[in-house]
Amino acid sequence: MDLILGNAISWLFQPITAAYALAAIGIALHFGFTGLLNFGQAVFMAVCAYGFSISVKFFHLGFWPAVGVAVIASIAMAFLLGIPTLRLRSDYLAIVTIAAAEVFRFIVSTTSAQPVTGGPQGLNQYSDGFYAMNPIPVGHYKFWVWDFNQDDLFAIVVSWLVVTVFAILLAILIRSPWGRVIKGIREDEDAVRSLGKNVYSYKMQSLVVGGLMGTFAGILFVLPTSVQPGNYGTTLTFYIWTILLLGGASTVIGSIVGAMIFWSLLSLTGDLLSTGVDNGTITFLTQNQVGAIRFMLVGIALMLLVIFRPQGIFGNKKELYFNA
Amino acid sequence: MEVGLNQSISPMASRKWLGIIALLFAFFFGGSSAFAATPTPSPTGDIATTFILGGKIADCGVGIPGIKISVTGPGTSANLVTDKKGVWEVQTPTTTRYLKDKFTVTLDKTTLPKDRVLIGTSTRTVVFNMVNSASAAFKLVPIDCGSTSPNQPKAAENPVVVALFNGINFGLMLAMAAIGLSLIYGTTGLSNFAHGEMVSIGALSTWVFNRVLGLDLIPAALLAILIVTAFGYAQDAFIWRPLRKKRIGLTQMMIVSIGLSMVVRYALQMIFGGDTKVLTQGATWSILGISMPAVNVICSALSVVVLIAYSLFLTKTRIGKATRAVSDNPSLAASTGIDVEHIIRIVWIIAAVLTGIAGVFIGLYEQAAWDTGFWNLLLIFAAVTLGGLGTSAGAAVGAMIIGLLVELSTLVIPPDLKVAAALVVMILVLLVKPEGVLGKKQRIG
Repeated sequence: MDLILGNAISWLFQPITAAYALAAIGIALHFGFTGLLNFGQAVFMAVCAYGFSISVKFFHLGFWPAVGVAVIASIAMAFLLGIPTLRLRSDYLAIVTIAAAEVFRFIVSTTSAQPVTGGPQGLNQYSDGFYAMNPIPVGHYKFWVWDFNQDDLFAIVVSWLVVTVFAILLAILIRSPWGRVIKGIREDEDAVRSLGKNVYSYKMQSLVVGGLMGTFAGILFVLPTSVQPGNYGTTLTFYIWTILLLGGASTVIGSIVGAMIFWSLLSLTGDLLSTGVDNGTITFLTQNQVGAIRFMLVGIALMLLVIFRPQGIFGNKKELYFNA
Repeated sequence: MEVGLNQSISPMASRKWLGIIALLFAFFFGGSSAFAATPTPSPTGDIATTFILGGKIADCGVGIPGIKISVTGPGTSANLVTDKKGVWEVQTPTTTRYLKDKFTVTLDKTTLPKDRVLIGTSTRTVVFNMVNSASAAFKLVPIDCGSTSPNQPKAAENPVVVALFNGINFGLMLAMAAIGLSLIYGTTGLSNFAHGEMVSIGALSTWVFNRVLGLDLIPAALLAILIVTAFGYAQDAFIWRPLRKKRIGLTQMMIVSIGLSMVVRYALQMIFGGDTKVLTQGATWSILGISMPAVNVICSALSVVVLIAYSLFLTKTRIGKATRAVSDNPSLAASTGIDVEHIIRIVWIIAAVLTGIAGVFIGLYEQAAWDTGFWNLLLIFAAVTLGGLGTSAGAAVGAMIIGLLVELSTLVIPPDLKVAAALVVMILVLLVKPEGVLGKKQRIG
């Protein structure tokens, strides 16, 4: 029981949770503050994951140049997505972004691209440059039921540092004059246009900045693990959306707390169910079905949230943007 | 030590099963269950847990026994043979921290059936990742699921003609599903992401009635269509109608449909498992020198009949005209005395019937699985968007274009990119003509 609880609690601070939180902060800017229906956040994470890992593995760049490549790739992706779609109605944007994310995933996972992208297997072993910067002395650090080595701790600390920096950046941005314009676009695009603002350009800026957050989320996402094309499907985007709506779309803190609650609960339910199946208390399920149940729970949570509490846990109903 | 077996056969990204199928998926309890198994202290004092790394080597859903596989990794070195069902598994000790230990899985090529060739190297590296399954897929060729695989051009056949035939075939099926989606969008404004699940339910119900309960294909197909219709009606009655009454916004409804699609999709996976159900059957016919599965030819012909019947309904009957009126402008339609909610109910039934037929046909064309509809959903959306949101004729034209693009693109690009090609074309068309091929010129930005 301690272990199950320990596992659930560890999801409050895992680097993966941080990555999801940061990606959700990016969509908070897109959707919560600008009103852009971006269903392709997975593509920003994927572009950067591949940009970063290919730079390291294929071009033997160091850690920082590789991050630079990822950032450039992400900005290019934002323009590529934004130019055709930002003039269109929001449901078009949703379909085009989701399609673009899938196209990218198909291209990197094709077997013909295997020498560069690793094809369906993806890429790994690119994090050495990151861990080389680790100042934490080598050793095992044990707390309660957890056991971390120096690299794990380093990944946790850096991840949450990055999340904090971007959360503060977003908080500053939305309080700035720039933030007031994009919130204006969310409320009434035509009104903002009539004030002489270039709505298209502001939307593009929002897309680039939110996409950059997705990019850094993508780096946090792959540093402790590996790049797997299968991870960048629509499920990733929908998880991020669930996290965003759980915390509150038009908030900054909501994405972070949303990610923590989402992953802890998912871990808790998954562990309880599979322990139950293991020791025979739950007889109507098999271990494989436990995985499916977790996804079903996410779906149910998403439906109930959007219907009964669309502003999320921290949201303000007045600031709720939900109609295109 | 208690260990849950966790071997999962997840379908690969390739939407059509022709290119595959030897899947080998290594998968650690999916995600976060690192602590699920009972831990025992290892000699070093670290908390160690045993996990099972396993998978299945399958050919069109049928496991291949007797294939040798070796697995090496931290604390593990094992030589395995797949069992009668093609399943293999090995226990691996690993520490509970991050599970990023790497394992190497090697397949012994000499033990493969003689008519199967492995693509690429026989070694895969599997990295354990707490969030998602780690996967190592082995791809085998040639694949010939039964003698009736629709996408197996014989050497003598002209590949262009074959692709053209398949494209028309696929486009017609897609058209019915796309019209269903477009009808619902047109009358209620809902972009229904759970539409693909109706296709899956159609395909899987056909499999249940035909292969499990042993009914003939035609009654099985009719029952499957009935089930999809009931599902569509229930969906509207229990979810969408109450939400419309609550005046929930369209974006919210769209996200609700994403949640619904996840619930239904994974419920199907729970019931039917992760493997592909083989539905192909019957003889092949030779048409213009191309041998085509008879069932696909009949499906195409039936699709044409259904589409014509549907267009007659839309243009000639009172309800059809009312439907078009509601689709054009619900308030105006209501003010002329049309019962809008009644029309929407009928629209849901018609849409579900059309999508159910598409589901049955797509199941017969590319086999049935829990995520058949999910893989086709984007193509259905692409068809509707390409043709012009909300118009039936547009959806049909869009679907034919998408169907042909998907199949014809395989002539010039690798087959695992054919869906990507169709989606890229959709994006490009929206760039030039955002209202779609047959859409009305209106303000959409």
